[in-house]
Amino acid sequence: MNKFSMKLLSRLGNEGFARSCVSAFCVELEPSVEQINDIKTAVSEAVTNCIVHAYNGQNDKYIDIIVSLDNGCVEIIIEDSGCGIEDVEKAKQPFYTTKPEQERSGMGFTLMQTFMDSVEVFSQKGKGTKVVMKKTVKKD
Amino acid sequence: MRLELFNNSNCGVAKLEGELDEGCVSEIRRKIDTFIDANNILQFVFDFSRLSFMDSTGIGMLLGRYKKLKQRNIPVYIAKASGHVDFILATAGIYTIMQKIS
Repeated sequence: MNKFSMKLLSRLGNEGFARSCVSAFCVELEPSVEQINDIKTAVSEAVTNCIVHAYNGQNDKYIDIIVSLDNGCVEIIIEDSGCGIEDVEKAKQPFYTTKPEQERSGMGFTLMQTFMDSVEVFSQKGKGTKVVMKKTVKKD
Repeated sequence: MRLELFNNSNCGVAKLEGELDEGCVSEIRRKIDTFIDANNILQFVFDFSRLSFMDSTGIGMLLGRYKKLKQRNIPVYIAKASGHVDFILATAGIYTIMQKIS
């Protein structure tokens, strides 16, 4: 069992730092290059959602990330205290976006679900959103 | 992220190197659009041979350029996407509108 947590500002560019940190921490499980890329993508999507949607470009808010490694599995929690999602099921639909004018693809949650074994989203309007993602990365 | 843009006999090429994400996408978008407006091109190629990472932000950028180029009847191609990037492009259905070339 190992655990790591970080708190970072909702600044543009921090999504790259977040995915690098989380994937580096997961190296302990000896993942394949493919699995590392899967984790990097899922983290990038979730953190980008915090920056673009939850905080709508406000760059002085915080994003909390907690990563737990246990028995060959990684659990990643990414939480914000932003605007919340009104309809989570709708937000998860491929190509659905609330910001089409910004050329957003609406593929964020779809990619998180594609690359992780499970993705749970807990959200309250006006309070924030918490994304819990899990993936088995067994040592060979 | 590094971007190289060149006009090769009326074929516009955007060669991206590094990681394409939210942090750099607006600059990439602006540079490619400026290039498209300034050059007489008949086709456009995204060269992803040196692109190591892309997320859904990149998909949005590609769809935006596709729409802009389609209005001018300019076909768009994707060249040399590697494992991870190639998988993301396929998952998002990009290859149904932009042909993959080697």
